[in-house]
Amino acid sequence: MSNAAAFSGGYAVNRGPSVEGFLMPATDEEAAPFWQATKEGRLVIQACGNCGRLRHPPRPMCPSCHSTERTWKDMGRNGTVWSYVVPHPPLLEPYSSLAPYNVIVVELDEEPRIRFVGNLVENVDAPLDSLDPSTIRIGEPVEMVFRTLERADGSTEALPFWVRRRN
Amino acid sequence: MSPAVGLRDATAIVGIAQTPFAKHLEPPEAELACQVIVDACADAGIDPSEIGALSSYTMEATEEVDIVRNLGCKEVTFFSQIGYGGGAGCAAVGQAALAVASGQAEVAVAWRSRKRGSGPRPWTSTSVQLRVPGQWTRPFGLLRPVDEIAMLTRRYMHEYGATRDHLANVAMAVRTHANRNPAAMMYSKPMTRDDYMTSRWISEPLCLFDNCLETDGALACVIVSSERAKDLAQPPVYLHAFAQGLPAEHQTMVNYFNDDPLTGPAWACARRLWANAAFGPEDVDVAQIYDAFSPLILLSLEGYGFCKRGDAPGFTEDGNLEWGKGTLPVNTSGGGMSEAYVHGFNLINEGVKQMRGTSTSQVEGAETCLVTSGEGVPTSALLLRR
Repeated sequence: MSNAAAFSGGYAVNRGPSVEGFLMPATDEEAAPFWQATKEGRLVIQACGNCGRLRHPPRPMCPSCHSTERTWKDMGRNGTVWSYVVPHPPLLEPYSSLAPYNVIVVELDEEPRIRFVGNLVENVDAPLDSLDPSTIRIGEPVEMVFRTLERADGSTEALPFWVRRRN
Repeated sequence: MSPAVGLRDATAIVGIAQTPFAKHLEPPEAELACQVIVDACADAGIDPSEIGALSSYTMEATEEVDIVRNLGCKEVTFFSQIGYGGGAGCAAVGQAALAVASGQAEVAVAWRSRKRGSGPRPWTSTSVQLRVPGQWTRPFGLLRPVDEIAMLTRRYMHEYGATRDHLANVAMAVRTHANRNPAAMMYSKPMTRDDYMTSRWISEPLCLFDNCLETDGALACVIVSSERAKDLAQPPVYLHAFAQGLPAEHQTMVNYFNDDPLTGPAWACARRLWANAAFGPEDVDVAQIYDAFSPLILLSLEGYGFCKRGDAPGFTEDGNLEWGKGTLPVNTSGGGMSEAYVHGFNLINEGVKQMRGTSTSQVEGAETCLVTSGEGVPTSALLLRR
């Protein structure tokens, strides 16, 4: 499942949050159910246990009804590109070696208020710079896929990436 | 919204100072901070031992105890630090003014000292920003402030038809002002539209000249009651109104997670600011708008009500932001993009100079000036008047 070499285009990636490798998410307790679900290939979004309002990023309290009851709702993985950028150096390694690459913001089709930052890649294992950024369009349909990456200490996370949806 | 008439014109900025601005200054940040505060007090004709209130940014490295121990302050009875990076500048002045107006202190100083030119870039830290919201953004290579603001910029361009030419209008306007200001880092460097269009990308759609400078430097200002200001060395510049802004569901710099990401903190700040003021945006003679990146000026022009939502691109045309040409000269010292990037504090001092009539791009007869702090982060703004 893990395909670090393909992701990095040959660079070491699994050293956790360090300048030597890709930055792994420093997950907090609040977001733990999200990161657990991605390992199971599922997208879940935090929802208020009282009024049902979805919220992202996750947090302890519902801003609508102030309930601290948290539930997690399974969501569809389809989304639409809301915006994108193409970073150029100076950047941290290994990002600078892969630049120019794309970073996109996607809104979920099921709940457009919920957005994710990610990368649009050719396929689940393709490197960060696998798509020509000039082909990206705001409004194009994309689908979330999960790529498992390993930290230096052996722990893993499944990170959400995005591929083009071909209807 | 009931206006805060208690603060309106109750205080005045009576002293300002700045160090040289350069890519590298030899003295450490603490020395620059102490020197610039002493110089600002001298400008006001007030002895530093009288300072009773200190206000700066949470990112400021020189602490209040260091200021007090170096300057020989006798008794400081108010000190505050404001968070959110470049959003803090006007709030440092505004909270100092609140302290004076409410009787917590008689002489207040706000300052910022930063060696961002020769020191580290905060975004290169791989540890401190990886929690919320960093865990949702940084693993994907959205690493720098410029990447985060470029994301909003692309969406803005998509929604409102803004182009790189509009961003160039902003960058070129502030550069022409720097070219008239011998203290500006870009004083002797004119920029053409072709220079702008052919400069290298930093984060598409933003290029090199959409970015602020990297500067070593420090600035300070002194605030006292309007009553006391009458008898000091400089003509008083009244702090007419002050506001901070933190809107619903906001995320600092990566404000992508709410209903309308393009309505940033400037909008919330502006509503309170204008409610506190006796005049409106149509009465502003000159504006100093936080410009870590050129698109922040477009967003702020709309947020502070100089034009309608989506109309800022057109507002930049025909030199409308330029001294001697436009209806609203913006960043008349060159601002963060062409004078110096000291977390926006140079915008505050330039506002004071405009009200004193001493700017190198003096707007003739200017009586009112808006100064804003960073858009895209919890922010603040000041209205100054003569």
